Amino acid sequence: MAVVASETAELEVVDLSTTSVRELNQRLHHLAGGAPGPRGFRILNPSGAHALACGLDAEIDVEIEGHVGYYCAGMNKLATVRVHGNASTGIAENLMSGRVVVEGNVSQSAGATGRGGLLVVRGDASSRCGISMKGIDIVVGGSVGHMSAFMAQTGCLVVCGDAGDALGDSIYEARLYIRGSVAGLGADCIEKEMREEHVTQVAGLLEASGIDADASDFRRYGSARQLYNFKIDNAGAY
Amino acid sequence: MSIEDNSGVRPGVRPRGMSDADRERPWGLRESYLFDRNVIAEIQRAAREGIYDIRGFGAKRRLPHFDDLLFLGASVSRYPLEGYREKCATDVVLGTRFAKKPLELKIPVTIAGMSFGALSAPAKEALGRGATEVGTSTTTGDGGMTNEEREHSKTLVYQLLPSRYGMNPDDLRRADAIEVVVGQGAKPGGGGMLLGHKISDRVAEMRSLPKGIDQRSASRHPDWTGPDDLEIKIQELREITDWEKPIFVKVGATRTYYDVQLAVKAGADVIVVDGMQGGTAATQDVFIEHVGIPTLPATRIAADTLQELGMHRKVQLIVSGGIRGGADVAKALALGADAVSIGTAALIAMGDNSPEYEEQYRKIGSSAGFYDDYQAGRDPAGISTQDDELAARFDPVVGGHKVANYLRVLTLEAQTLARACGKSHVHNLEPEDLVALTVEAAAMAKVPLAGTDWIPGSNGSL
Repeated sequence: MAVVASETAELEVVDLSTTSVRELNQRLHHLAGGAPGPRGFRILNPSGAHALACGLDAEIDVEIEGHVGYYCAGMNKLATVRVHGNASTGIAENLMSGRVVVEGNVSQSAGATGRGGLLVVRGDASSRCGISMKGIDIVVGGSVGHMSAFMAQTGCLVVCGDAGDALGDSIYEARLYIRGSVAGLGADCIEKEMREEHVTQVAGLLEASGIDADASDFRRYGSARQLYNFKIDNAGAY
Repeated sequence: MSIEDNSGVRPGVRPRGMSDADRERPWGLRESYLFDRNVIAEIQRAAREGIYDIRGFGAKRRLPHFDDLLFLGASVSRYPLEGYREKCATDVVLGTRFAKKPLELKIPVTIAGMSFGALSAPAKEALGRGATEVGTSTTTGDGGMTNEEREHSKTLVYQLLPSRYGMNPDDLRRADAIEVVVGQGAKPGGGGMLLGHKISDRVAEMRSLPKGIDQRSASRHPDWTGPDDLEIKIQELREITDWEKPIFVKVGATRTYYDVQLAVKAGADVIVVDGMQGGTAATQDVFIEHVGIPTLPATRIAADTLQELGMHRKVQLIVSGGIRGGADVAKALALGADAVSIGTAALIAMGDNSPEYEEQYRKIGSSAGFYDDYQAGRDPAGISTQDDELAARFDPVVGGHKVANYLRVLTLEAQTLARACGKSHVHNLEPEDLVALTVEAAAMAKVPLAGTDWIPGSNGSL
């Protein structure tokens, strides 16, 4: 494994042009449970590799200098991962805790099924952003594509731009905050009153994300709870 | 629905079965084959309720199955093994392709995925206990891993389902294998379903859902579509678990030839093919009875596909769907499976549909031997329920031992048949040991019709 800096240094640099993804992830996994080692990593030449920095379980900072492939930071706990580029499908999928920040745009299913932690996308997110989210908070600086927050269970999706068609289709208890336009709402998703507690919540998430926007500009969407128990009269809604 | 009275139908339940009294009708009254009493009752129920029938269990229609095959025991041209003295091994290793830690099982029968939610926590514990007692694996389900289940299962397979309920990396790492569920035999192309009355506080918490709502799981995975994505998903799972765990891919039997090819391409260690007789906790009756192909042809197609790829025994094949006895086990292995999986039969072994509870089955409009309303959560045997009072009837230690006993019988029976065919390992059984009783089974299993050398569709005779 090509390690540029010493292992005792605060920051370890790993060059993926000479180190395999397997070696990198194994190195990061060895830090689980507070095991000794550097708390900061800088990853060079990711070149769109898949499954980078996934399954982490340590309070470490991982800076990835470039674009990443599928499932970057998937199922992570505690760690902070920052992607200085774009991310492909399933960034931060099933995130448990910690933070994932993408400076560029992300592909579909960002933050899918995430159960905790914070995902920040400074650019745009494609379709199915926050699909089946289960407690994760997602803040998108730009817009999100169609079917975002499909079957979203809990957590917040904050979108500073616009939302595509079928937003929040079959949504459960997740809260969707959209600043721009919504192309269309999915089944059982309705606009809801933006009360003071919601403005405060959005303001907190924007601040945590380092995104400058006025929380009072957002509108709130959530579940009408009409499809929670199957009624034949609702058959046309499916 | 009372089995003695098909004229009245209780809401949500379709009449099934017929008592002797039903059959005692005056001569000359001719029941329609097309519109028999079950069909008539279902039409009446549908008209009254305006919703499809949801039920548990598996397909109830007659299908070509392992019953339609027979073994050719040893004779002058074949040499048998002594039934009680000569060894017939039953061990199976799953996950030899890529995983650092393959599963080493003592018997070729595993317990299929059934959710905590569909089943009570003690029932899940019993499955773990039973499997562990005989050295095989059990599987989680669409609802996450419970501590009871992990604690009592030496070898536990953790399912990754579209819903991802309860999915977390800690359970992934404490699992012994991971099963990516693409579909199941009872409902290939359909998602899970757990009706509101089974969403207890604990089930709701594990699934991050409100209590009491109907929970309809997605039918597609949220973060991958198609075989190329699946390959990357498997790579991620391997990375998260440091390439230790075998990765299974489970499919409902439909386009089995292509599914097996694609699962192999995607990097599966083990492929699980679940035929249309596979059970379910709650699915539309129309789905259970009309989607998928039977386990019999699926087994042969899957094994042949692995042979064609040069991956037979390298990627292990588990088949499930309607395995009831050692003969089913032996026939599935003879057709090329490495192991089989049981679900419904394990529940029955634990006490599901036991005559012991006949009086209570009657109270809820069913009868022992007919009960299939697993979705209702009112199981008198305390197995498919989240009701604490009902669940308390079920003793996981006793239930677990019954499962172990049953698994032992399956194994002994399979060994008996294998020895009769002269095999020192159940895996040495082969299609050549089999003949078919029906033209359909001969065509599907690709073995000759008994007494002939005719394999319809494959030797140019037809």
